[in-house]
Amino acid sequence: MARPGWLAGRVPELAGVPSADSAGDEVLFPSRERYVEIATALRRAGFVTCSDLCAVDYLTHPGRQLPAGVAPERFEVVVSLLSHADAVRVRLRVMVPEADPVCPTLFFVYPGTENMEREAYDLMGIRFAGHPDPSRILMPQDWEGHPLRRDYGVGRVPVQFKEAPGPR
Amino acid sequence: MNGEHLEPRPGDDRESFDASDNSPRPVAETDEGSQELAPLDETSQVELLIERGGVLRLPESDALDPDAGDAAFGAGETMILNIGPQHPSTHGVLRMMVELQGETVLRSKPVIGYLHTGMEKTGEELTYVQGATNVTRMDYLSPLHNELVYSLAVEKLLAVEIPPRATWIRMLMCELNRISSHVMWAATNGMDLASTTMMIFGLRERDLVLQFFEKVTGLRMNHNYIRPGGVAADLPDGWEDDVAAVVDTIGARLKDYDNLLTGQPIFRERTEGVGVVSPELLLALSTTGPVLRAAGVPWDLRRSTPYLAYDEVDFDVIVGTAGDCFDRYAVRLNEVRESIRIVRQILEKMPPGDYRTQDKKVTPPPRARIDESMEALIHHFKLFTAGISPPEGEVYVAVESPRGELGCYLVADGSNRPMRMHIRAPSFVNLQSVPAMLQGGLIADMIAILSSVDPVLGEVDR
Repeated sequence: MARPGWLAGRVPELAGVPSADSAGDEVLFPSRERYVEIATALRRAGFVTCSDLCAVDYLTHPGRQLPAGVAPERFEVVVSLLSHADAVRVRLRVMVPEADPVCPTLFFVYPGTENMEREAYDLMGIRFAGHPDPSRILMPQDWEGHPLRRDYGVGRVPVQFKEAPGPR
Repeated sequence: MNGEHLEPRPGDDRESFDASDNSPRPVAETDEGSQELAPLDETSQVELLIERGGVLRLPESDALDPDAGDAAFGAGETMILNIGPQHPSTHGVLRMMVELQGETVLRSKPVIGYLHTGMEKTGEELTYVQGATNVTRMDYLSPLHNELVYSLAVEKLLAVEIPPRATWIRMLMCELNRISSHVMWAATNGMDLASTTMMIFGLRERDLVLQFFEKVTGLRMNHNYIRPGGVAADLPDGWEDDVAAVVDTIGARLKDYDNLLTGQPIFRERTEGVGVVSPELLLALSTTGPVLRAAGVPWDLRRSTPYLAYDEVDFDVIVGTAGDCFDRYAVRLNEVRESIRIVRQILEKMPPGDYRTQDKKVTPPPRARIDESMEALIHHFKLFTAGISPPEGEVYVAVESPRGELGCYLVADGSNRPMRMHIRAPSFVNLQSVPAMLQGGLIADMIAILSSVDPVLGEVDR
């Protein structure tokens, strides 16, 4: 993992991007507008693989710790980039507002995010603008709703004698 | 994509239903289109690039050019063929849609989700103590690696140190699990290529490892053995002899594999030069594990970002040269040999001591202490009712599973349940490279190629 400050001199485009130390890992907080640009710069700096992309719903935990200059939003897209040459990782956390859950696609920089963005769309309802195949991937294609959102109930099988109604 | 494929089902009167019901309903976002391989004239240029495996037409450029693909292909009659989800050679419920011209694969698309059971959602409902039981069911051929990555992530959130013996026990079990997973792969690969002898061989060797697992953990699969804070129990008496017998037997029997497959002309004909991909393409497609190493990239998390005690044992990272199916076979077979090497070193170096941390907030007290100490009783009760509550934070931890980088992203909100548990499943990501391997090959090679990627559908769909 990249220790905080490791990237600072290496990628000039990162000037002005808020960063934080999360349990010893370097985390960057680019805005939605600069997200693809920052990822492209990191890719040029040797981070040739996007090892992971997922979405997080902070509905039940809005007051999380964020560096100065980052306004909390309900959703986050979390991207983990990997540089094989330096054996370091860096994590990007992009704030995505609830009212407009759209994030630019990373597909044209890292084609390996194709399945991961489809999964994030399917389970969390984040639309990736420009994604070539924005269909559901794990749920059936006629499914309604996005199951990993915090306000989507898990459902219960009613237990006899308990009379416990499910959340939905 | 467009939504024309979604024909309204009979009796689907959603419009009238909405008018009478004012309660909030989830927004129907079902217009994003079909998951299937669409006819050629309805497929966009970029989608075509994916399905033909050509996302890196311009390897030097920074960004992918959506207009780089040539739509003018497939002159003459083509056919879209469905293979799976119930097909013995698709390794579980994987469905492949391929467009064929004669016997040549023009483009292809894996369709997944048939085994989706919402394990990430379930993980948010379970406490940190219960979580290992859930993740172990994802990749059912290497359950211990799933438990390991989850436990490492929870321990990183908690910032607890685990004793050396627990680390080495974890390493021993994970390497044995790698052996069992790779010989199981050799078995299914052999069966796909019509070598039923290989299937029996592989299952036979795997069973040796599973019998040892049963002796240690009580179960042959889904062990819940590696837990946050250490492991569930110490190794049983005489484990050294058992492990030595297992690795001696398997090490000797690997010669049979060589005799049966490695030098065999039919096997080499079917695998050499089949499903070749370049390392640049695999890196862009986020591929990891033996598939990437077979293309010549020496990337193994055990070596490059060591976890557990992998920096204290001696082993080689196996790489291939051609990146074809045969190299993927050879890499896995030699990784079994390296794992045996590691296991032999663990046998010599296993330190004495505790097998789990003595932090009372993480580890339950021994049964005997509960009878004599009120404090122990409280700790025991609190641990199994409320569980552990790590401080707020988010961590990403990755380990090298038999299929590649297995990652766990955990978000803690200070309560006793993870707010988000995401597993980066190597099979799920590696499946993206399949269209690139299939393109231009024969339909018969598809079986060999799919098998060589080693997808475990429990992990793909989670």
